[in-house]
Amino acid sequence: MVEIRWHSRAGQGAVTGAKGLGDVVSTTGKQVQAFALYGSAKRGAAMQAFNRIDDEQIITHEKFMLPDFVLVIDPALVFTDNITMNDKATTKYIITTHLSKEELISQLPELQDKKDRVFTVDCMQISLDTIGRAIPNTPMLGAFVKVSEMFELDYFLGRMKKVLSKFPQKIIDSNMQAITRAYNEVK
Amino acid sequence: MALKYELQEVEVWDGNYAASHALRQAQVDVVAAYPITPSTPVVENYGQFVADGYIDGEFVMVESEHAAMSGCVGAAAAGGRVATATSSQGFALMVEVLYQASGMRLPIVLNLVNRALASPLNVRGDHSDMYLGRDAGWIMLDSFNAQETYDLNLCAFRIGEHKDVRLPVMVNQDGFITSHTAQNVRPLSDEDAYKFVGVYEPVDELLDFARPVTYGAQTEEDWHFEHKARQHKALIDARPIIEDIFAEFEKLTGRKYNRVESYMMEDAEVAIVALGSTVESARVVAKYLRENEGIKAGVVATRVIRPFPFDAIRTALENCKAIGAMDRSAPGGALGMLFNEVSAAVYTTSSRPLVTNYIYGLGGRDLTLEQIKDIYRELKKNADAGEITTKIQQFVGLRGPKLEFFKTRRG
Repeated sequence: MVEIRWHSRAGQGAVTGAKGLGDVVSTTGKQVQAFALYGSAKRGAAMQAFNRIDDEQIITHEKFMLPDFVLVIDPALVFTDNITMNDKATTKYIITTHLSKEELISQLPELQDKKDRVFTVDCMQISLDTIGRAIPNTPMLGAFVKVSEMFELDYFLGRMKKVLSKFPQKIIDSNMQAITRAYNEVK
Repeated sequence: MALKYELQEVEVWDGNYAASHALRQAQVDVVAAYPITPSTPVVENYGQFVADGYIDGEFVMVESEHAAMSGCVGAAAAGGRVATATSSQGFALMVEVLYQASGMRLPIVLNLVNRALASPLNVRGDHSDMYLGRDAGWIMLDSFNAQETYDLNLCAFRIGEHKDVRLPVMVNQDGFITSHTAQNVRPLSDEDAYKFVGVYEPVDELLDFARPVTYGAQTEEDWHFEHKARQHKALIDARPIIEDIFAEFEKLTGRKYNRVESYMMEDAEVAIVALGSTVESARVVAKYLRENEGIKAGVVATRVIRPFPFDAIRTALENCKAIGAMDRSAPGGALGMLFNEVSAAVYTTSSRPLVTNYIYGLGGRDLTLEQIKDIYRELKKNADAGEITTKIQQFVGLRGPKLEFFKTRRG
């Protein structure tokens, strides 16, 4: 089972991102789970969303997880949230930031010994450039596809198009650009 | 004429969305609703379906949950197929009318998305509202995941509207854990779903002016007892009808439901009895402990909470040695409901397994697999010792000093 934890602010689309990822992954025949810890949280409040992916039906309902991937889609949360909580020796981090990876890690002592498992990408700038709004969830999916090596990019884009099929063509195109750019730019 | 909704073979739905689609497919005549977290999306999605032309029925927005259930009572008495959804405080406000609905023998389907009751205010999942409704004379079904919420909604119309049942039905799902967790769901096509639910044939409908009837009559000591006794008998007698409808659903979908769900109980020494999503988490742990620690663990769950499966739960549990009854509701100065009801059932067997009570997960507190493992290990100790080695009631996952009550006088 692959487990993913998203760190986000309410309103940035982590729940939509987690559900979108679930939608795409389900079309490959796998079983998925997407949920969040938010309840009555207000827009801007720190929150977490989660994915589980497995070949068999997922019947665990504990919220607790040891994540294989930690996706941080708000650039400030690495400084305020405990993003390394319950991590494993193999947990990979994808963090949205305008800083270089070296600059970021130099400010975050808890990531010093995990350098080779930390990946950075500027989801904010990418979503502003492509979608025109700061909704970093879609670019994060592109970065995740690259880092996880779970899918080929073209395959993922094709499936994502289907998930978004109810939206106008312009929105579909800009989301595809955002995913592709993040895929290419994540380091 | 409602538009056809294109569905994929596998959808990724949360429990709320699954419930909304089931209501849409059942072609409900009237939904009267007042939204409340975490059940809000059930009627929010339904309202969207109405606006988008997928529903022919009426969607009545009312000023409170008391009015919502009152609207449902009126529409059901008039002869319509009726449904609504609520949670927690909204359910509490409905309670007065819940008893009216069951007493008038009106087949209404209520999606109860389980949430804690204030005070303190809390929007997250526990079973306080479910427990509040248990004496209201409704049939109560319990789903453990989004697929089951969908399936049981379709079955609920069949059960409640059956001419020998004629009772309202609640479909429970865990707030947030089921209602807001998206998982793979295999829906039926609109045609197949409606074919299964069937055309509603009302009985004694108020709008049949050629044959006037009275709803909500007053009866004092002359007839009240007979009415309530008949209502109770209708609930108890619904058991084989529920089984028949579950069997028919299995033929259609391959998905089998039982009044009591047993997992790995054939040779189980220790068993957890639970409700909601906890049932599935316990199954994960039971399998793990069998493979890794040699503990013969099993899980038993009341799929049908009312009519209480006194018969089936006894059969499921009489061959095990120790049982942990898990209640996700503040017990309010007593042992938990599941403990009391399970204990009463197994007390009438010759084996009389040891039963203990675990209170957990109030207000959405997480129940981890590790905690469930510890519970099974305690049950195993009880089974080996032949007596209860812990206090009878314990709180799990509570901060601060351990809270536990009552010693056994057996053994």
